[in-house]
Amino acid sequence: MPLPMTSNQVLDREFLEIRAKILDLAASFDRLDRADGSVVGDPRQSLVQEALSVLSSTQKDRAEQIQLLFSHHYEDDWQEKFNLPSAAKLRTRST
Amino acid sequence: MYYFDPHIHMVSRTTDDYEMLAKMGCVGLSEPAFWAGFDRGSAESFRDYFRQLTEVEPKRAAQYGIQHYTWLCINAKEAENVSLSREVIAIIPDFLDCHNVLGIGEIGLNKNTKNEAIIFTEHLELAVRYNQQILIHTPHLEDKYQGTRMILDMLCDDSRIDRGRVLVDHVEEHTVRHVLDEGFWAGMTLYPTTKCTPQRACDIIEMYGSERLMANSAGDWGPSKPTAIPDLILEMRRRGHPESLIRKIVYENPLEFFRQSQGFTFKSPDADDASTINDRTASEPK
Repeated sequence: MPLPMTSNQVLDREFLEIRAKILDLAASFDRLDRADGSVVGDPRQSLVQEALSVLSSTQKDRAEQIQLLFSHHYEDDWQEKFNLPSAAKLRTRST
Repeated sequence: MYYFDPHIHMVSRTTDDYEMLAKMGCVGLSEPAFWAGFDRGSAESFRDYFRQLTEVEPKRAAQYGIQHYTWLCINAKEAENVSLSREVIAIIPDFLDCHNVLGIGEIGLNKNTKNEAIIFTEHLELAVRYNQQILIHTPHLEDKYQGTRMILDMLCDDSRIDRGRVLVDHVEEHTVRHVLDEGFWAGMTLYPTTKCTPQRACDIIEMYGSERLMANSAGDWGPSKPTAIPDLILEMRRRGHPESLIRKIVYENPLEFFRQSQGFTFKSPDADDASTINDRTASEPK
Protein backbone atom coordinates (compact mmCIF):
# COMPACT_ATOMS: atom_id res chain seq x y z
CA MET A 1 0.00 0.00 0.00
CA PRO A 2 1.57 3.28 -1.06
CA LEU A 3 2.06 6.07 1.43
CA PRO A 4 -0.70 8.60 0.85
CA MET A 5 1.74 11.50 1.24
CA THR A 6 4.67 12.73 -0.80
CA SER A 7 8.12 12.62 0.68
CA ASN A 8 8.11 16.40 1.02
CA GLN A 9 4.88 16.29 2.97
CA VAL A 10 6.28 13.65 5.26
CA LEU A 11 9.45 15.64 5.81
CA ASP A 12 7.52 18.86 6.43
CA ARG A 13 5.36 17.17 9.01
CA GLU A 14 7.98 15.08 10.76
CA PHE A 15 11.23 17.02 10.52
CA LEU A 16 11.10 18.34 14.09
CA GLU A 17 10.07 15.00 15.47
CA ILE A 18 12.93 13.29 13.65
CA ARG A 19 15.29 15.97 14.88
CA ALA A 20 14.07 15.53 18.44
CA LYS A 21 14.50 11.78 18.25
CA ILE A 22 18.07 12.14 17.02
CA LEU A 23 18.81 14.36 20.02
CA ASP A 24 17.23 11.82 22.35
CA LEU A 25 19.36 9.06 20.86
CA ALA A 26 22.52 11.12 21.28
CA ALA A 27 21.74 11.81 24.94
CA SER A 28 20.93 8.14 25.50
CA PHE A 29 24.37 7.17 24.19
CA ASP A 30 26.03 9.82 26.38
CA ARG A 31 24.07 8.43 29.34
CA LEU A 32 25.37 4.95 28.62
CA ASP A 33 28.95 6.27 28.54
CA ARG A 34 28.57 8.15 31.83
CA ALA A 35 27.07 5.24 33.71
CA ASP A 36 29.22 2.80 35.70
CA GLY A 37 29.95 -0.50 34.01
CA SER A 38 30.13 -1.32 30.35
CA VAL A 39 27.87 -2.55 27.60
CA VAL A 40 30.74 -3.44 25.31
CA GLY A 41 29.99 -6.84 23.86
CA ASP A 42 26.27 -6.55 24.38
CA PRO A 43 24.78 -7.61 21.04
CA ARG A 44 22.00 -5.08 21.36
CA GLN A 45 24.52 -2.30 21.62
CA SER A 46 26.34 -3.56 18.56
CA LEU A 47 23.13 -3.67 16.56
CA VAL A 48 22.21 -0.19 17.55
CA GLN A 49 25.67 1.08 16.66
CA GLU A 50 25.57 -0.56 13.28
CA ALA A 51 22.11 0.71 12.46
CA LEU A 52 22.90 4.22 13.59
CA SER A 53 26.49 4.51 12.48
CA VAL A 54 26.05 8.19 11.80
CA LEU A 55 25.65 8.72 15.54
CA SER A 56 28.35 6.32 16.65
CA SER A 57 31.25 8.66 17.31
CA THR A 58 33.21 8.16 20.51
CA GLN A 59 32.78 11.74 21.75
CA LYS A 60 31.10 12.10 25.10
CA ASP A 61 29.23 15.27 24.18
CA ARG A 62 27.28 13.99 21.23
CA ALA A 63 24.13 15.86 22.09
CA GLU A 64 25.98 19.16 22.34
CA GLN A 65 27.83 18.49 19.09
CA ILE A 66 24.59 17.61 17.31
CA GLN A 67 22.98 20.74 18.69
CA LEU A 68 25.89 22.79 17.39
CA LEU A 69 25.62 21.02 14.06
CA PHE A 70 22.05 22.33 13.85
CA SER A 71 23.02 25.82 14.97
CA HIS A 72 23.96 29.02 13.25
CA HIS A 73 27.50 30.11 13.97
CA TYR A 74 28.21 32.77 16.54
CA GLU A 75 30.60 35.57 15.62
CA ASP A 76 31.87 37.77 18.43
CA ASP A 77 31.97 40.89 16.24
CA TRP A 78 28.20 40.83 15.63
CA GLN A 79 27.69 44.18 17.37
CA GLU A 80 30.14 45.84 14.98
CA LYS A 81 28.41 44.25 12.00
CA PHE A 82 25.07 45.55 13.28
CA ASN A 83 26.71 48.92 13.87
CA LEU A 84 25.49 48.71 17.46
CA PRO A 85 27.47 50.34 20.23
CA SER A 86 27.89 48.12 23.27
CA ALA A 87 25.83 48.93 26.37
CA ALA A 88 28.93 50.23 28.08
CA LYS A 89 29.65 52.64 25.22
CA LEU A 90 26.03 53.77 25.18
CA ARG A 91 26.19 54.69 28.86
CA THR A 92 29.47 56.51 28.39
CA ARG A 93 27.91 58.49 25.56
CA SER A 94 24.88 59.47 27.65
CA THR A 95 26.89 60.68 30.67
CA MET B 1 5.90 16.74 46.06
CA TYR B 2 5.15 20.45 45.75
CA TYR B 3 6.62 22.20 42.75
CA PHE B 4 6.78 25.69 41.25
CA ASP B 5 6.58 26.18 37.47
CA PRO B 6 8.80 29.22 36.78
CA HIS B 7 7.65 29.65 33.17
CA ILE B 8 4.17 28.89 31.88
CA HIS B 9 1.68 30.88 29.78
CA MET B 10 -1.65 30.30 31.48
CA VAL B 11 -3.51 32.89 29.39
CA SER B 12 -3.33 30.21 26.69
CA ARG B 13 -4.57 27.42 28.92
CA THR B 14 -7.97 26.42 30.24
CA THR B 15 -9.15 26.57 33.83
CA ASP B 16 -9.13 22.77 33.74
CA ASP B 17 -5.36 23.01 33.36
CA TYR B 18 -5.12 25.02 36.57
CA GLU B 19 -7.06 22.25 38.29
CA MET B 20 -4.80 19.56 36.82
CA LEU B 21 -1.65 21.47 37.81
CA ALA B 22 -2.92 21.79 41.37
CA LYS B 23 -3.70 18.09 41.55
CA MET B 24 -0.16 17.28 40.43
CA GLY B 25 1.48 19.40 43.10
CA CYS B 26 1.90 22.81 41.50
CA VAL B 27 1.59 25.47 44.21
CA GLY B 28 2.96 28.46 42.33
CA LEU B 29 3.94 29.63 38.87
CA SER B 30 5.31 32.61 37.02
CA GLU B 31 3.97 33.73 33.67
CA PRO B 32 6.18 35.86 31.41
CA ALA B 33 4.61 38.08 28.78
CA PHE B 34 5.00 36.45 25.35
CA TRP B 35 3.87 36.29 21.74
CA ALA B 36 0.15 35.58 21.41
CA GLY B 37 0.51 33.71 18.12
CA PHE B 38 -0.13 36.86 16.11
CA ASP B 39 1.36 40.35 16.03
CA ARG B 40 -0.72 42.83 18.00
CA GLY B 41 -1.72 46.07 16.38
CA SER B 42 -1.15 48.64 19.09
CA ALA B 43 0.33 49.31 22.48
CA GLU B 44 -3.17 49.36 23.93
CA SER B 45 -3.45 45.65 23.12
CA PHE B 46 -0.47 45.13 25.40
CA ARG B 47 -2.05 47.26 28.12
CA ASP B 48 -5.03 44.89 28.07
CA TYR B 49 -2.69 41.90 28.09
CA PHE B 50 -0.82 43.27 31.11
CA ARG B 51 -4.17 43.71 32.89
CA GLN B 52 -4.96 40.08 32.11
CA LEU B 53 -1.61 39.02 33.60
CA THR B 54 -1.89 41.16 36.73
CA GLU B 55 -5.64 40.99 37.43
CA VAL B 56 -7.35 38.03 35.76
CA GLU B 57 -4.84 35.18 35.92
CA PRO B 58 -4.04 35.53 39.63
CA LYS B 59 -7.75 35.06 40.37
CA ARG B 60 -8.07 32.03 38.09
CA ALA B 61 -5.01 30.47 39.72
CA ALA B 62 -6.16 31.22 43.25
CA GLN B 63 -9.28 29.14 42.74
CA TYR B 64 -7.01 26.11 42.90
CA GLY B 65 -4.58 27.31 45.54
CA ILE B 66 -1.93 28.25 42.98
CA GLN B 67 -0.03 31.48 43.54
CA HIS B 68 0.41 33.37 40.27
CA TYR B 69 3.27 35.73 39.42
CA THR B 70 4.12 37.48 36.16
CA TRP B 71 6.72 39.33 34.10
CA LEU B 72 6.10 42.17 31.65
CA CYS B 73 7.65 43.15 28.32
CA ILE B 74 7.13 43.10 24.58
CA ASN B 75 8.40 39.75 23.35
CA ALA B 76 11.34 39.32 20.99
CA LYS B 77 9.21 38.37 17.99
CA GLU B 78 7.17 41.58 18.07
CA ALA B 79 10.28 43.55 19.04
CA GLU B 80 11.13 43.61 15.33
CA ASN B 81 8.67 46.54 15.28
CA VAL B 82 10.83 49.10 17.08
CA SER B 83 8.30 51.93 17.29
CA LEU B 84 5.59 49.67 18.73
CA SER B 85 8.11 48.19 21.15
CA ARG B 86 9.05 51.61 22.48
CA GLU B 87 5.39 52.44 23.03
CA VAL B 88 4.93 49.22 24.99
CA ILE B 89 8.07 49.74 27.05
CA ALA B 90 6.74 53.17 27.96
CA ILE B 91 3.59 51.72 29.54
CA ILE B 92 5.27 48.92 31.50
CA PRO B 93 6.13 51.14 34.51
CA ASP B 94 2.39 51.63 35.03
CA PHE B 95 2.19 47.95 36.03
CA LEU B 96 5.45 47.35 37.90
CA ASP B 97 3.86 47.96 41.29
CA CYS B 98 1.11 45.39 40.74
CA HIS B 99 1.13 42.78 43.49
CA ASN B 100 2.26 39.81 41.36
CA VAL B 101 4.87 41.40 39.07
CA LEU B 102 8.37 39.93 39.44
CA GLY B 103 10.22 41.87 36.76
CA ILE B 104 10.90 42.31 33.05
CA GLY B 105 10.44 39.29 30.79
CA GLU B 106 10.52 37.27 28.75
CA ILE B 107 12.80 39.51 26.75
CA GLY B 108 15.45 38.22 24.38
CA LEU B 109 16.04 37.45 20.74
CA ASN B 110 14.05 35.50 18.17
CA LYS B 111 15.82 35.64 14.79
CA ASN B 112 18.84 37.50 16.19
CA THR B 113 18.24 40.71 14.26
CA LYS B 114 19.51 44.23 14.86
CA ASN B 115 16.06 45.49 15.84
CA GLU B 116 15.61 42.70 18.38
CA ALA B 117 18.99 43.57 19.90
CA ILE B 118 18.07 47.25 20.12
CA ILE B 119 14.83 46.51 21.97
CA PHE B 120 16.54 43.97 24.20
CA THR B 121 19.00 46.59 25.44
CA GLU B 122 16.18 49.08 25.96
CA HIS B 123 14.42 46.50 28.13
CA LEU B 124 17.65 46.12 30.10
CA GLU B 125 17.69 49.85 30.65
CA LEU B 126 14.13 49.67 31.95
CA ALA B 127 15.01 46.83 34.33
CA VAL B 128 18.03 48.67 35.69
CA ARG B 129 16.12 51.92 36.07
CA TYR B 130 13.38 50.23 38.12
CA ASN B 131 15.62 47.66 39.87
CA GLN B 132 13.71 44.75 38.33
CA GLN B 133 14.69 41.12 37.94
CA ILE B 134 14.99 39.86 34.37
CA LEU B 135 13.70 36.71 32.66
CA ILE B 136 15.19 35.99 29.24
CA HIS B 137 13.90 34.02 26.26
CA THR B 138 16.58 32.44 24.10
CA PRO B 139 15.77 31.68 20.45
CA HIS B 140 14.52 28.45 18.99
CA LEU B 141 16.32 25.67 17.15
CA GLU B 142 19.10 26.78 14.80
CA ASP B 143 19.05 30.35 16.17
CA LYS B 144 19.49 29.36 19.82
CA TYR B 145 23.26 29.08 20.10
CA GLN B 146 24.03 32.29 18.23
CA GLY B 147 21.24 34.18 19.99
CA THR B 148 22.21 32.98 23.44
CA ARG B 149 25.80 34.09 22.91
CA MET B 150 24.59 37.48 21.65
CA ILE B 151 22.32 37.86 24.69
CA LEU B 152 25.17 36.99 27.05
CA ASP B 153 27.36 39.55 25.27
CA MET B 154 24.78 42.28 25.88
CA LEU B 155 24.24 41.27 29.52
CA CYS B 156 27.93 40.99 30.32
CA ASP B 157 28.59 44.32 28.61
CA ASP B 158 26.49 46.03 31.26
CA SER B 159 28.15 46.11 34.65
CA ARG B 160 24.95 47.38 36.26
CA ILE B 161 23.27 44.01 35.73
CA ASP B 162 23.26 41.76 38.81
CA ARG B 163 23.78 38.35 37.20
CA GLY B 164 22.22 36.56 40.15
CA ARG B 165 18.93 38.31 39.39
CA VAL B 166 18.77 37.21 35.74
CA LEU B 167 17.22 33.93 34.55
CA VAL B 168 18.24 32.83 31.05
CA ASP B 169 15.62 30.39 29.85
CA HIS B 170 15.27 27.56 27.33
CA VAL B 171 18.88 26.39 27.75
CA GLU B 172 19.94 23.13 26.14
CA GLU B 173 23.12 21.07 25.94
CA HIS B 174 24.99 23.62 23.82
CA THR B 175 24.04 26.75 25.78
CA VAL B 176 23.69 25.81 29.45
CA ARG B 177 27.43 25.93 30.19
CA HIS B 178 27.81 29.44 28.76
CA VAL B 179 24.91 30.73 30.89
CA LEU B 180 26.04 29.14 34.16
CA ASP B 181 29.71 29.99 33.66
CA GLU B 182 28.80 33.68 33.38
CA GLY B 183 26.96 33.54 36.72
CA PHE B 184 23.36 33.67 35.50
CA TRP B 185 20.49 31.38 36.44
CA ALA B 186 19.44 28.88 33.78
CA GLY B 187 16.04 27.42 32.96
CA MET B 188 15.37 24.23 31.02
CA THR B 189 12.10 24.06 29.09
CA LEU B 190 10.46 20.65 28.80
CA TYR B 191 8.77 20.38 25.40
CA PRO B 192 7.50 17.34 23.50
CA THR B 193 9.55 17.86 20.32
CA THR B 194 11.70 21.00 20.63
CA LYS B 195 13.88 22.18 23.52
CA CYS B 196 14.47 19.60 26.29
CA THR B 197 12.80 16.30 27.04
CA PRO B 198 12.60 15.33 30.73
CA GLN B 199 15.33 12.77 30.06
CA ARG B 200 17.74 15.29 28.56
CA ALA B 201 16.98 17.79 31.29
CA CYS B 202 17.89 15.12 33.81
CA ASP B 203 21.13 14.54 31.91
CA ILE B 204 21.94 18.24 32.13
CA ILE B 205 21.31 18.23 35.87
CA GLU B 206 23.65 15.26 36.23
CA MET B 207 26.34 16.95 34.13
CA TYR B 208 26.10 20.50 35.47
CA GLY B 209 24.75 20.11 39.00
CA SER B 210 21.77 21.72 40.67
CA GLU B 211 23.05 25.21 41.41
CA ARG B 212 21.22 28.06 39.64
CA LEU B 213 19.31 25.56 37.54
CA MET B 214 15.55 25.04 37.27
CA ALA B 215 13.00 23.49 34.93
CA ASN B 216 9.74 24.70 33.45
CA SER B 217 6.95 23.57 31.15
CA ALA B 218 6.56 26.83 29.18
CA GLY B 219 3.06 25.53 28.48
CA ASP B 220 1.40 27.79 25.93
CA TRP B 221 -0.90 27.66 22.87
CA GLY B 222 1.47 25.45 20.84
CA PRO B 223 2.58 21.85 21.30
CA SER B 224 3.46 21.80 24.98
CA LYS B 225 2.60 19.95 28.15
CA PRO B 226 1.70 22.02 31.21
CA THR B 227 2.39 19.08 33.49
CA ALA B 228 5.89 18.46 32.13
CA ILE B 229 7.58 19.14 35.47
CA PRO B 230 6.00 16.08 37.10
CA ASP B 231 7.46 14.13 34.16
CA LEU B 232 10.92 15.37 35.15
CA ILE B 233 10.26 14.50 38.79
CA LEU B 234 9.36 10.97 37.73
CA GLU B 235 12.43 10.64 35.50
CA MET B 236 14.73 11.76 38.32
CA ARG B 237 13.08 9.30 40.69
CA ARG B 238 13.42 6.44 38.22
CA ARG B 239 17.14 7.11 38.01
CA GLY B 240 17.37 6.99 41.77
CA HIS B 241 18.10 10.64 42.54
CA PRO B 242 17.30 11.70 46.11
CA GLU B 243 14.11 13.58 46.86
CA SER B 244 16.20 16.48 48.21
CA LEU B 245 17.82 17.02 44.79
CA ILE B 246 14.49 16.83 42.99
CA ARG B 247 12.93 19.29 45.39
CA LYS B 248 15.83 21.70 44.92
CA ILE B 249 15.34 21.76 41.16
CA VAL B 250 11.55 22.03 41.02
CA TYR B 251 10.78 24.03 44.15
CA GLU B 252 13.64 25.48 46.17
CA ASN B 253 15.64 26.95 43.29
CA PRO B 254 12.70 28.86 41.80
CA LEU B 255 11.84 30.22 45.23
CA GLU B 256 15.45 31.25 45.87
CA PHE B 257 15.58 33.12 42.59
CA PHE B 258 12.15 34.75 42.83
CA ARG B 259 12.62 35.87 46.45
CA GLN B 260 14.98 38.52 45.10
CA SER B 261 11.97 40.31 43.66
CA GLN B 262 9.95 42.71 45.79
CA GLY B 263 6.76 41.38 44.23
CA PHE B 264 7.34 37.82 45.41
CA THR B 265 5.17 37.21 48.46
CA PHE B 266 4.89 33.45 48.09
CA LYS B 267 3.39 31.61 51.04
CA SER B 268 4.55 28.04 51.44
CA PRO B 269 1.77 25.45 51.49
CA ASP B 270 3.60 23.98 54.44
CA ALA B 271 2.26 26.93 56.44
CA ASP B 272 -0.20 25.95 59.10
CA ASP B 273 -3.41 27.09 57.47
CA ALA B 274 -5.27 26.81 54.18
CA SER B 275 -5.51 30.50 53.46
CA THR B 276 -3.64 30.12 50.18
CA ILE B 277 -6.88 29.07 48.56
CA ASN B 278 -8.87 32.14 47.72
CA ASP B 279 -12.45 31.07 48.14
CA ARG B 280 -13.66 34.57 47.38
CA THR B 281 -12.72 34.29 43.72
CA ALA B 282 -14.07 30.78 43.26
CA SER B 283 -17.64 31.94 43.01
CA GLU B 284 -17.06 34.81 40.62
CA PRO B 285 -19.11 34.55 37.41
CA LYS B 286 -17.32 33.84 34.13
